[in-house]
Amino acid sequence: MNSYRHSVVLDEEKCTGCTTCIRRCPTEAIRILNGKANIDTERCIDCGECIRVCPHKAKKAKCSRFEHYMHYKWKVALPAPALFGQFNGLEDVDEVLEGLKRIGFDDIFEVAKAAEMVTAYTRTYLKTDHIKKPVISSACPVIGRLIALRFPYLKDNLLPIMPPMEIAAVEARKKAQREHPELKPEEIGIFFLSPCAAKVSYVRNGYGGFKSNVDVVISLSDIYFLLISAMKRGNVPTVNSESGMIGIGWASSGGEATALLNDSYLSADGIENCIQVLESIENGNIPQLEFVELNACIGGCVGGVMTIENPFIAKTRLQTVRRYLPVSRNFLSGDDAYVPPEYTVDGLPEYKPITRLSDSMGQSMRMMAQIQQIKQTLPGIDCGACGSPTCRAFAEDVVRGLASDGRCCVVLEQRKEETEGPSHDGT
Amino acid sequence: MSEHLSFHYSVDGDNFVSAGQASVQVKKNLRELGIAPEVIRRVSIAMYEGEINMVIHADGGNADVDVYEDRIVITLDDHGPGIADVTLAMQEGYSTANESVRSLGFGAGMGLPNMKRYTDDMQIDTVVGVGTKITMTIKL
Repeated sequence: MNSYRHSVVLDEEKCTGCTTCIRRCPTEAIRILNGKANIDTERCIDCGECIRVCPHKAKKAKCSRFEHYMHYKWKVALPAPALFGQFNGLEDVDEVLEGLKRIGFDDIFEVAKAAEMVTAYTRTYLKTDHIKKPVISSACPVIGRLIALRFPYLKDNLLPIMPPMEIAAVEARKKAQREHPELKPEEIGIFFLSPCAAKVSYVRNGYGGFKSNVDVVISLSDIYFLLISAMKRGNVPTVNSESGMIGIGWASSGGEATALLNDSYLSADGIENCIQVLESIENGNIPQLEFVELNACIGGCVGGVMTIENPFIAKTRLQTVRRYLPVSRNFLSGDDAYVPPEYTVDGLPEYKPITRLSDSMGQSMRMMAQIQQIKQTLPGIDCGACGSPTCRAFAEDVVRGLASDGRCCVVLEQRKEETEGPSHDGT
Repeated sequence: MSEHLSFHYSVDGDNFVSAGQASVQVKKNLRELGIAPEVIRRVSIAMYEGEINMVIHADGGNADVDVYEDRIVITLDDHGPGIADVTLAMQEGYSTANESVRSLGFGAGMGLPNMKRYTDDMQIDTVVGVGTKITMTIKL
């Protein structure tokens, strides 16, 4: 029944069942079962919060290791622009691109370049008649999944244009085939260098009915350590970046929105902020807006769980890198001023009422009444000791048959006192 | 069928920040009941507008949502000043909100008209100096 494959994995040895992650999960997808954190894959949106907050480093983002994919004859790297914010003192993006060639990539297609294309397409799209406003960015895969699960009414607001990573993958493959017609399709490997776990899930599961063109996802942190030794400062790089300020700017929150040169926008980052903004859009109590950029990670993509550097430091470094770049290197000429159909997304993520208690309304109402009843008997302190994130969630778990009501230690203590009388410590 | 569910919320007066909390909670519950997204949105907008009205005009009040198999009934009950002229209050753009409230971006005179627009039935029982009770019904 559940076919969605996630990228968060648990190291059972390290997990102590400490309840930190269950209380921080924005979709209440985690429970402690038999002393270990267990993720409900239907509810998980891959935001990475549990990876970030785990004090025991028991949660990891699962992605691939570069050295396991040497069998591809032609390896193309798609560096996310957040990569350029990871290096101290970096002046020129070309140094990083050169480093990628030294560690074994045959070609590079910058995601920042594709981002500038998406910016150009979005400007065109915003002028289309009869589209639902505000248009919500489709770049952060967490937001797409969140809307599908929780804000189905806003589905049509999602920008129906592929995210930069995907366009970069399509373009990179075309380029490889054009320049090297001798290569068989399976000999070309497209490697996305990712700051976040959600992109791993996105590549594995596809989006709105299409399969991703990315073959392998490697974490920025893995690539960083390979690059550090391969990058030699001072050498004249043989590769030239094809992106400008706008493309690199996409790495941090606000970059995508400000690039549209439209002052009627909102950009928010951090999953809780994004949820609040979506609630407000759904209720219609925000000003009229043209565009909304939402990034699940604080700071935007530079805040992804697979980065090395603090998001705000990375953002500052990107300002240095961007300083002398042209505004953009990828424009639409007059004739091209439409969004190519190959880059539009038809099938939006399908609404799944995952939190529904039962298929029948009558049954759901009876269950909800039981939940309310049980909740009355609980202490309301949301301590998490039972393994559920809140007392309300625990009551729901009991009614759904996922937990027994004997798991609440406060209730147990009360029952004990009722039968045995108060305990007499220190007598 | 008499079987139904009730959710009760109290809305704090003078607190614009927490206004809207009840509508977020209601949304969560309605999703769990499997109510259609479009209906949830209508309930949520009507509730939100009602909550804001009680904060602006009535120093808070009570919000009750009753879910039946065929309908959702939202009842907003306050002990505020009452509405002197209901017909006028129902006009888009008419508002008695004071300057300080307007300076916060509220008081556009769209609250009651929106509540009526997004629900199938709306009854206003109001007595000047005593309070206002608004009952809104959304059919399922």
